[in-house]
Amino acid sequence: MEATKVQKLRLTAAKLRSLAMEEVHTAASGHIGGSLSVADILTVLYFEAMKVDPKDPKNPDRDRLVLSKGHTTPALYAALALRGYFPQEELKLFRSIKGHFSGHPDMVHVPGVDMSTGSLGQGISAAVGMAVAGKLDKKDYRVYTVLGDGEIEEGQVWEAAMAAAKYGLDNLTAIVDVNGLQIDGQTADVMPSEPLDKKFEAFNWNVIKVDGHDVAAIAEALEKAKTLKGKPTAILAKTVKGKGVSFMENDAGWHGKAPNDEQYEKAKAELDAAIKELEVQ
Amino acid sequence: MGEKIATRAAYGKAIVDLAEQYPELVVLDADLASATMTNGFMKAYPQRFFDMGIAECNMVGVAAGLAACGKKPFANSFAMFTAGRAFEQVRNSVGYPHLNVKVVGSHGGLSVGEDGATHQCCEDFATMRSIPGMVVCCPCDGNEMTAAVKALLDYEGPAYLRLGRLAVDTVTDTIPGYKFELGKGVTLRDGKDVTVIAVGLMVQEALKAAELLAGEGVDVRVIDMHTVKPLDTALVLKAAEETGCIVTSEEHNVIGGLGEAVCACVSGGCPVPVLRHGVEDTFGRSGKAPQVLEHYGLTAEGIATKVRQALKLKK
Repeated sequence: MEATKVQKLRLTAAKLRSLAMEEVHTAASGHIGGSLSVADILTVLYFEAMKVDPKDPKNPDRDRLVLSKGHTTPALYAALALRGYFPQEELKLFRSIKGHFSGHPDMVHVPGVDMSTGSLGQGISAAVGMAVAGKLDKKDYRVYTVLGDGEIEEGQVWEAAMAAAKYGLDNLTAIVDVNGLQIDGQTADVMPSEPLDKKFEAFNWNVIKVDGHDVAAIAEALEKAKTLKGKPTAILAKTVKGKGVSFMENDAGWHGKAPNDEQYEKAKAELDAAIKELEVQ
Repeated sequence: MGEKIATRAAYGKAIVDLAEQYPELVVLDADLASATMTNGFMKAYPQRFFDMGIAECNMVGVAAGLAACGKKPFANSFAMFTAGRAFEQVRNSVGYPHLNVKVVGSHGGLSVGEDGATHQCCEDFATMRSIPGMVVCCPCDGNEMTAAVKALLDYEGPAYLRLGRLAVDTVTDTIPGYKFELGKGVTLRDGKDVTVIAVGLMVQEALKAAELLAGEGVDVRVIDMHTVKPLDTALVLKAAEETGCIVTSEEHNVIGGLGEAVCACVSGGCPVPVLRHGVEDTFGRSGKAPQVLEHYGLTAEGIATKVRQALKLKK
C-alpha cells in the first residue's frame, strides 16, 4: 500500500479513537477498551476494503459487516459517522434515551448497521447466513464479521465456523480482535482459547495472522482473503486493548468503564496528539 | 370429518407445494429433516435446503442472516430446541431486529410420547409469545396447517409455528366459509352456555367434549385459536360476553400459554370465570403418545371436567 494511503488510514483511525472516547465520556457509559483495540480493523474495513455507499446503506449488492463483538459500538458508530452514514453530531446520543444509538448495534434504527448484535457468539451465525444468501443469489458481495477473542468462548461461534466451512464460504472473512483480555482478566486465565490458528485450521478455515494495529497489514490480509477460494478465512489480528491511551492499554479494568472527567481529559489529549502528529506528516 | 394427518406432514407438503410460488423460501433443519418432515423439500429443492447439523442456535442465527438478505427462511427442529434451546437467538437475532424468520417447532407438547420429558416441550408458547412482535401459531389440523404456511410466507416478520407429531382428524375442512387468517380465531361450533378455546390437537378433543356435554344438556361453543399471539381478543371478549364462562385447552403448561393469554384478555375486558386446561406445571414422561396425553388428562373428558367446574363458577 502506498505511504499516503497508509497515512490517511492511520489518521482516520486516530480520529475514530478520539470520537469513540468522546461518545463513552458523554454517555458516561460504554466499552472503550475493545473499541480502541478494534479501531484500526474497522477503519480498514470501512475506508479501504468494503464496497459500501453511505447514501445507499441497504443496497443488496453491498459488502456487509457484522460486528459480532457488538459491545464496541463506540468504535462502530464513530466509523459509520466518519464514513458519512450520519452526522458526527449524532454521536452525542450514544446510549442516550433521546436517540437510537443503543449500547449494542441496532440494524433497525442506525443507518449502516447490517445486523443487530451484542449477545456474544450470535453475529458470526448471521454473517454465515448472509454469505450463504450471497452464494445462493450468485452475488459477489463479501461478508465480514469481527469477533472478540473472549467472545469465541461461546460455543455458537464454533457451530458457525463448522457451517461456514461446510458451505465453502470463501465470501466470508472473520477478523478476530485478539486483545487478550476480557472482563474477568486475561483470556489465557479466564478460558484459554489458544492456539486460535490451529483451532480455525482444524475447522477447515484459512488463517492469516496480522498485527491488528498495522493498517497496511490488515488491508493486505483482507485483500489476500478475497483470493482464497473454497474456504472461509479467519484473520487473527493481534491487538492491544485500550490502544492509544497509555493508562488504558492492556488493562482489563477498562473493558466496560467510562473515564471520569480528569481521565477523559488525559485520554483525549493523548488521542488528539496522535491526530495532530499524523496531520502534519 | 376429513382425513387423519399430522400437521408436520401437512407442513412438509406445503413448503414443497409453495416453493415455486415463493422463490425466496429457504429451509433449514438441524438433523431432524425426517422427523420435522422437511425432507421432501430437501429432496425437491436441495439448493434451497440447509442442514445445519445438531446446532440449533447457529441455525437460527444463520436464518437471521438469510432473512437480512431478503430470503424467507423457515428454521426447523423440535420445539424443545428451537423455542427452548435457541430462545435467546430467536429473541436477539430474530425478534429484536424484527427479521422475517419463521421459527418452526415440531413435536410440540407431550405427544412426542416415548422420548419423554427432555423432548416434550410444553413451554414453547410461553417463551415465544414473551418476545415482542413475535407471532405464535399452532394449527389444529392438516388443512389449517397448509393455509397457515401460506399466510406465514405472506407475513413479513418473525413468527413461531408449532407442528404436531400425531396424525389428527381434519376438522376445519367442513366449516362453511372457513378462511385462515393469522390472529383470527375460528368458531368451529356455536354454543351459548360456555366457550372452550383450544389450540393444536386439543381442538379435536374440545369438539368431542362439546358432543359429550351436549348429551348433558350443555351447549358448548368451540373456538379454534390457531394464533396464540396476537390473540383474537375481539372473539375472546365476544365469547365471554355471550357465554359467561370460558375454558381454555392446550397441550402446553397452563403457565405462559393460551390460557394465560385468554385470562389477561378477559380480566381486562369482560371479567368472567376462565379455567385453564393443559399440563399442570409438571414435566412429561415416556409412554405411547395417546397414553401420555391420557395420563395428563389432555382428553375430551379432561376438558369436559373443566367445563363442568366452570359452569359452577358462572354467575
